[in-house]
Amino acid sequence: MKFLKLKPSVGLLSIPYSLIFIFFFFIPLILTFIISFWDYNEYSIIPDFIFENYSYIFKDCLNFEKDMCVTFKTYLSTFIFCFITWFFTLIIGFFVAYFLAFYVNSITWQIVLFLLCTIPFWTSNVIRMISWIPLLGRNGLVNDFLLSTGLVDAPQEWLLYSGFSIVLAFVHLYTLFMIVPIFNSMMRIDKSIIEAAYDNGANGLQILWNVIIPLCKPGIVIGSIFVITVVMGDFITIGIMGGQQIPSIGKIIYVEMSYLQLPAAAANAVILLALTLLIIWIMTKMIDIRKEL
Amino acid sequence: MKKSLTRRNMLKTSTAAIGAVAGAGLLKGFPAIHAADAPVIRYLGTAVNMGDAVQKRLFDDTGIKVKFIVKTTDEVVKTIFTQPNSFDIVDSEYFSMPKLVPSGNLLGMDTKRIKEWDNVTSAFTKGEVAGKKIGDQGTAPKKVMYLKGAKSKEFASEPTQFVTLIPTVYNADTLGIRPDLIKRPISSWAELLNPEFKGKASILNIPSIGIMDAAMVVEAMGEYKYPDKGNMTKEEIDLTMKIFTEAKKAGQFRAFWSDFNESVNLMASGEVVIQSMWSPAITAVRTKGIPCVYQPLKEGYRAWAAGFGLPSTTKGRQADICYEFINWYLSGWVGAYLNRQGYYSAVIPTAKKYMEAYEWDYWMMGKPATADIMSPEGKKLASKGEVRDGGSYEARMGGVACWNATMDENKYMVRKWNEMIAS
Repeated sequence: MKFLKLKPSVGLLSIPYSLIFIFFFFIPLILTFIISFWDYNEYSIIPDFIFENYSYIFKDCLNFEKDMCVTFKTYLSTFIFCFITWFFTLIIGFFVAYFLAFYVNSITWQIVLFLLCTIPFWTSNVIRMISWIPLLGRNGLVNDFLLSTGLVDAPQEWLLYSGFSIVLAFVHLYTLFMIVPIFNSMMRIDKSIIEAAYDNGANGLQILWNVIIPLCKPGIVIGSIFVITVVMGDFITIGIMGGQQIPSIGKIIYVEMSYLQLPAAAANAVILLALTLLIIWIMTKMIDIRKEL
Repeated sequence: MKKSLTRRNMLKTSTAAIGAVAGAGLLKGFPAIHAADAPVIRYLGTAVNMGDAVQKRLFDDTGIKVKFIVKTTDEVVKTIFTQPNSFDIVDSEYFSMPKLVPSGNLLGMDTKRIKEWDNVTSAFTKGEVAGKKIGDQGTAPKKVMYLKGAKSKEFASEPTQFVTLIPTVYNADTLGIRPDLIKRPISSWAELLNPEFKGKASILNIPSIGIMDAAMVVEAMGEYKYPDKGNMTKEEIDLTMKIFTEAKKAGQFRAFWSDFNESVNLMASGEVVIQSMWSPAITAVRTKGIPCVYQPLKEGYRAWAAGFGLPSTTKGRQADICYEFINWYLSGWVGAYLNRQGYYSAVIPTAKKYMEAYEWDYWMMGKPATADIMSPEGKKLASKGEVRDGGSYEARMGGVACWNATMDENKYMVRKWNEMIAS
């Protein structure tokens, strides 16, 4: 209990946030957990202690003769999106941050370029996603270009309402979440360390691999946590960009909630939360963020 | 002992807890009608058919103001359960009644206080159009119209003084098509799964409505004849979802939609050429200058109906104002406004008084337009000489095959629907 050693006045500062956290996050979370064991009918939830909500989620999941069950299929597809999105946002985000930190020397220009990265967030989510249709659609710009140059003879349908378009939208949206923490880590690297590596005869690649990347680890992990948690719980992007034909856990929870099947939705939410926490736990095992910060 | 804890009580308890900390002033939930002057009605509903013009006219005629609380169909139902004191009047659909009435959160509406009650269309009260019985599969309004008493939680099979909702608006829905891209006549629901439209079809991803469209398709394909599409058994749900899952796996659907605007975009962009659609979405595509037809089909229409309800706590002056609002709503001006959008008003004779003869002939009689037909916002919907898709009121409402429904196996249906989406 480290904080007890602090002066009482410092402890007081944490009270407002703690209260908000307890009342609007911790208590609702506990309620969600409790309700996931309740029964329900069309119009009310009934206090009980049943496992039906959970057992239904994994129904047929251990029967390997049949097709993969809906739950496994949905999580598998979500994990794949998570991994691909994480991979691309990391690569792109890292190099954008690298450019901003090491090649842009004026702080004004760093701020200007940073603001450019936030452009995707200037419009509403829905408008942004609807705007993909004129670009990627059957009669969209990309298809027009491909057809007119003779690269293809028929419109490419996989450009929109597909796994491709989902990943594209995710990467487009969430790369910023990688750039910010990685950039932050890079700015804290003492330039003299890099000079020392250079003086000792390391080439650019060696400096990148042996000096910069290890020192950016906290930023990479924090960015990864942002991206992975957002993608795991997403249903709007997957819904709109996937033409609502590609499953997501979030959508299942959303549908259950709109039909007032709150205990079933709560059970799904608990499992989603547990899995997401597990992933974060594994990532924090790889690196101790608290120590690095 | 298992005690049913309704969401309402649940919410009361939790709000009390939060309220103690946050301060009651932050919470809404006080009736808006308390001042003696300028009454305001909090109107909960999808409000897809309501515009500023209605508010203005209402205020001019009665001095009542309306504050819209706009939510989607499913959210409206959820709000009635969880926050029954957050609104003064609700615009809900009849198919929600089997869920809502047992909760006791809505008041039985007194038909004696409705001036035009005797003029409410027989499609609601008797399930008849022009003296002929229309399809009543699903949650047809007449099945869930009457209550055994003002505070009753049970439906009455015979007409009584008290009703669940005062009817306002209804329509017959069908498939929307792009005639310029299909280039041949479409006459059956079965066309939705025709491989000819592979990758160019869509259906709505709202399970309780989507399942009805799906059932119309399955029946039209000759795969199965449902005893009651609106109340399927588990086996029937399995069969319906199996057919749609196979079609989905084969790539029949370009996308599913759940938001009105998505359906407009899919159709206008040409991504989809045949899909489930709602009448104002067709209008929205047409006003962009893109041809789009609300195609009448030989198997008939899927109908829906909505009306006004009051929370069970309504009384005194608050009730008076709400009844005054409802009476104004049914007195004709709004009816004409709804008819001009392609819906139907629950009280037809009063609406007629507010429509021009050529408008009436086009919208209600199915005759060719003798002048350009304008929307209430003044946008052109049809040119001189055009005939309304599906024709007259009697042809369209008389051709209803089923109604939006809440099934006994609703829980199972929603799960199966989710499985189809995931497949």
